[in-house]
Amino acid sequence: MTISDSKIKLDIKKIQLDFPILAREVRNNRKLIYLDSAATSQKPQVVIDAQNRFYETINSGVHRGAYYLAELATDAHEHAREIISGFINIKPDQLIFTKNATESINLLSYAFLNATLKSKTDAAVDKRLVLNAGDEILVSELEHHANLVPWQELCLKTGAVLKWIPITDQGLLDYSKVDELIGVKTKIVSISHMSNVLGSITDIELIRKAAKSVNAFFFIDACQSVPHMPVDFTKLGADAIVWSGHKMLGPLGIGLLAATTELLDIMPPFITGGSMIETVSMQKSTFAKAPKKFEAGTPPAAEAVGLGAAVEYLQKIGMQNVHDHERHLTKLMVDGLKNIEGVTIYGPTDDRERGSTVSFALNGLHPHDVGQVLDDMGIAVRVGNHCARPIMDKLKVQSTTRASTYIYNDDSDIEALLDGINEVFKFFGAR
Amino acid sequence: MNLSNMYQEVILDHYKSPRGKGLQETFGGEAHHVNTTCGDEITVRVQLSEDGNSIKKISYASTGCSISQASASIMFEQIDGKNLTDFNKSSEEFLAMMQSKGKFEPNEDLLGDGVSMIGVAQYPARIKCALLSWMAAKDAIIRAKGE
Ligand SMILES: Cc1ncc(COP(=O)(O)O)c(C=O)c1O
Repeated sequence: MTISDSKIKLDIKKIQLDFPILAREVRNNRKLIYLDSAATSQKPQVVIDAQNRFYETINSGVHRGAYYLAELATDAHEHAREIISGFINIKPDQLIFTKNATESINLLSYAFLNATLKSKTDAAVDKRLVLNAGDEILVSELEHHANLVPWQELCLKTGAVLKWIPITDQGLLDYSKVDELIGVKTKIVSISHMSNVLGSITDIELIRKAAKSVNAFFFIDACQSVPHMPVDFTKLGADAIVWSGHKMLGPLGIGLLAATTELLDIMPPFITGGSMIETVSMQKSTFAKAPKKFEAGTPPAAEAVGLGAAVEYLQKIGMQNVHDHERHLTKLMVDGLKNIEGVTIYGPTDDRERGSTVSFALNGLHPHDVGQVLDDMGIAVRVGNHCARPIMDKLKVQSTTRASTYIYNDDSDIEALLDGINEVFKFFGAR
Repeated sequence: MNLSNMYQEVILDHYKSPRGKGLQETFGGEAHHVNTTCGDEITVRVQLSEDGNSIKKISYASTGCSISQASASIMFEQIDGKNLTDFNKSSEEFLAMMQSKGKFEPNEDLLGDGVSMIGVAQYPARIKCALLSWMAAKDAIIRAKGE
């Protein structure tokens, strides 16, 4: 299929019709205004249909049968892998299906743990994956817990030390600290591409250069970037990136890891069992090559097929168009919020430095109360710490209100949010 | 707006002018509870009477949404100085009300202004907010008893 990344004016009203859930009513028979796509996106009918069609017509054991249906199911599963790998410009066997991005990051962190443990008895383990006490792992202060806790655990188990790039008051990484934080001891650098709280976009090239100058592995949490902008794995220059299918119009229950062939070759498996082996005896086993090495057990094939359909849907729209549309919405939202007295926006306000995920506070009001009144008007926003407690500590708040958009949101959704915020102030008689 | 079922005047009043807020220096038991979904926090301190049968003084410090703040204030009013049997009755009544999905005839003698929280029971995501202070008080009492 062709990727149409030409500039076109998107017909959002038409796109909205592709998403059945947008037609439903919520509390008080209000129209649903969904502004929580950073948590999980809605699904177009083509994705729901693709997944259903798998169950209705070809459901059977993927990679586990010599009969007709099993062949069709296997083909569909592998075809999805081709579509998704093409989407970020890698070869199909560089793409691993997992349950979600969280599992993908654990796959990486456990590779280091397992290599470190195995190296004590197995000389064949690649030394680059072995961590010694005092080795360093670098993350940032704005990571989602998914790109923080697995590395903390790895440090606890290996004696490695966790370091982090602090954030500035504008909610961007403090790049001036990078040089002093990266050194010969740095073995892993794992950074998010876009913050799920502040929306800030990371200068990947700067971090990549620093990581590579000391030969550290460089990983990117691309959960909030792949769904919203064109991402080319080769251009990023990372050793691996992770993201989740459910945030990019795909089904729940399927996540991704894209990595260099070299890394996939040297990493030991994370989850072991059926489907990931070469030979097995009662004494020992040898493992298949990637991607199978990392896909133990019966895979979520219908979900993979659904995600393939989601990617094709996005390709038809064109990722540059998705990005341009969301930048427009971001500007509308940020400018609108700035104009409301009593609203504090967290994170960068320049739309070139941020994506369409915007955290804010209504001064004097608790996000839970804000979210509740907005909900009463049919507006779905996220309130809480967004699985990123360290940012909350930095902002000196318990939680924030967060609105995030996607391709099915239009100007009227943003206007509804802005009107809603004024209503919230009125309701609580505060400002 | 049927939101006013949840945010009744009484609740907003307790939220804006909380009763009994501020920790006492002397206490026999303390508990700190956090609502992990929204980060609301409360510390409750309890000083029991000599015979250990009643709450001589309860105090608290908290941050959070209107529902959790109002609930703490209402709880303070209802149980400060009460005996433990009364506390248990009130706390059980409150829990039953919160788990009722709003189908409940709350006993005003046991709950005081707490009856106004009936509307909150219709919003599953907010039940934890309302229960936070009661759960923390229960723990603080257990600790004060040295159990
Ligand atoms: C930046 C970021 N990283 C990681 C995750 C974890 O994704 P998942 O919960 O799908 O594993 C999320 C989303 O929750 C996220 O926004």
